[in-house]
Amino acid sequence: MPDSPSALSADQRRSLQSLAETMIPASVEYGVPSAGDKVIFADILRSFGRDAEHVAAVLRMLDSLSGGVFADLAPLRRDAVAAQLREVGGQSLMYLSQIILQCYYRDDRVMRSLDMEVRPPFPKGFEVEQSDWSLLDPVRARPKLYREVP
Amino acid sequence: MTAPVDVLIIGAGASGAAVAWSLAETKMHILCLEQGDWMKPSEYPSAGRDWEARALNDFHYSPNRRARDTDYPINDDNSLRIANFNGVGGGTVLYAGHFPRFHPSDFRVRSLDGVADDWPIDYATLEPFYAENDRMMGVSGLAGDPAYPPHEPMMPPLPLGKSGATLVRGLNKLGWHWWPSDVAIATVDYEGRGKCINLAHCIWGCAQGAKASTDITYWPAAIRAGVELRTRCRVREITTNQQGMASGVVYYDADGIERFQPAAVVILAGNAVGTARILLNSASTRFPGGLANSSGLVGKNLMFHPYAQIFGWFDETLDGDRGPLDCIWSQEFYETDRSRGFVRGYTFEFSRGQGPVMAAVHSMAIGRLPWGPDHHRVYRKLFRHRTGMFAICEDLPEEHNRVTLDPVLKDSSGIPAPKIDYTLSENSRRMLDHAVARASEILRAAGAHDVWFEAPIPDGGWHLMGTARMGTDPARSVVNEWGRSHDVKNLFIVDGSIFVTAAGVNPTRTIQALALYVADNIKRRLTTLFD
Repeated sequence: MPDSPSALSADQRRSLQSLAETMIPASVEYGVPSAGDKVIFADILRSFGRDAEHVAAVLRMLDSLSGGVFADLAPLRRDAVAAQLREVGGQSLMYLSQIILQCYYRDDRVMRSLDMEVRPPFPKGFEVEQSDWSLLDPVRARPKLYREVP
Repeated sequence: MTAPVDVLIIGAGASGAAVAWSLAETKMHILCLEQGDWMKPSEYPSAGRDWEARALNDFHYSPNRRARDTDYPINDDNSLRIANFNGVGGGTVLYAGHFPRFHPSDFRVRSLDGVADDWPIDYATLEPFYAENDRMMGVSGLAGDPAYPPHEPMMPPLPLGKSGATLVRGLNKLGWHWWPSDVAIATVDYEGRGKCINLAHCIWGCAQGAKASTDITYWPAAIRAGVELRTRCRVREITTNQQGMASGVVYYDADGIERFQPAAVVILAGNAVGTARILLNSASTRFPGGLANSSGLVGKNLMFHPYAQIFGWFDETLDGDRGPLDCIWSQEFYETDRSRGFVRGYTFEFSRGQGPVMAAVHSMAIGRLPWGPDHHRVYRKLFRHRTGMFAICEDLPEEHNRVTLDPVLKDSSGIPAPKIDYTLSENSRRMLDHAVARASEILRAAGAHDVWFEAPIPDGGWHLMGTARMGTDPARSVVNEWGRSHDVKNLFIVDGSIFVTAAGVNPTRTIQALALYVADNIKRRLTTLFD
């Protein structure tokens, strides 16, 4: 079970990194790295946590579907295998996807590209537009909605 | 054996905290045993960069997924699965703070609609306890809602923001009811708690302390008044003496050592699953079917609120990643109208949106967010472009929906786990369908170009009610009209298990009002409490 990065073989690491890149490739247009980016991938490797078994299961599926090492497949073949994986990956792939997405969308560069400040919500918080309570006027004009009880 | 106490409370959540605080003025020796830990707000998810990831892990609302050593396992093979939190504050640590009251009609379901049963108490009886609880928890909102009898929240409402204003556009176009939600979130500094600063992460613990969880509301006051609270103490069973009275509890302490705690009065304040589990685990020769169970109803009539979630995507940029989850509710479809094809009704709890990770995870899970080169373009049309609502549907009590003891599953202390059997009723199914259809109308009227829904939400078993119902007839109820067991006269229950019906609103405010009401009855009847 790959409960730590060192538990992955070199081929498994390369395949997982390649799968992350296939899921979220880099984009020049949006100025963002891929999910296989060195920094993001290191975060992914640190984040298996309670889902290590699911990661292992996906990697086994990936090996089986690839008939070899996923990372070594030609790009078109990789895309085809990734599409197959999405069909059969089930709950394990869902958990691996969560890990990849949570690491990707907390990356500084990705957050900046979304016009987000690179920080946790606390302690600064956020501003929210105040309200125009005159919007309630039609509701205020209604008779009571609750039933009287004998 | 430890020294006897006058009152022993099991559970330090919404109701346990309220009953402890209220009884403290008696100066009795009051002890609360809580299986979980004290929370550290500085360590809540929103204080770290991994705030959304933790909601999927150690702050997940499923005890099976969260799997802290203070949790107990629960079977998850039903159409609705249990959500809870174990710790000081209980479910109030892991809730949104949406804080509606019941309607007067919710206490007269049989009389008005010919289904389920009437409560042995009414809205007017609970009203002063609602008000007392509001002061302790701190409620924000706006007076004048035509859906409710008059009451006065003490703080201004949460802001609508862009998402709320968008939803209001649809509601006003349709001419349907909406109102700023009553919330247990401080919008101004309140009783030592900081005001809401829009962390956008209310459910998973409020690092600011604006959200009222009982670890920061009732418990500090109760402890100052002399109540003792012991954490990491997991109760296995309530023991009884030769007179058939509760004599105390057997529990496992933080080191896993079995202990006996004698008590003159025992108060159960778990939840409708945890309380039923303890009563059933307390079977003895004298009480072979479980404690307080001469009616055979302990564990039966389990009610959830079947939830639907309905969201729409808009062209305009919204603010779902900031601001409290809640902002407004609608009770347009709350009171019974048989022409809709079901009895009773539901509340819409409008919900702003999601943070960046949740937007990606959920959108990918439902097939809206692709892999590959188009990922980024599509993501930017989803994130900050989604808002919507939950429908909280009233579930009716049915005896086949129940909590029993799991013959196989046990917690880490070796105590049999609860086993849930639940089937969604046809009435609830029709109500969910109606809610999805009306919600879609709201979203389309507000300008949504795409709508998605899920009904029921499989992991939405947040609200647990009904497994030890109150009533005047010992053959048809577990506790009497002021929370005392019919069978064991020094045993009380104050949590959601004593609900007779579920209403169509979040239950915490009513659970706490009931706990204060039961405490008030105990105080007024001290000299004749066991008669």
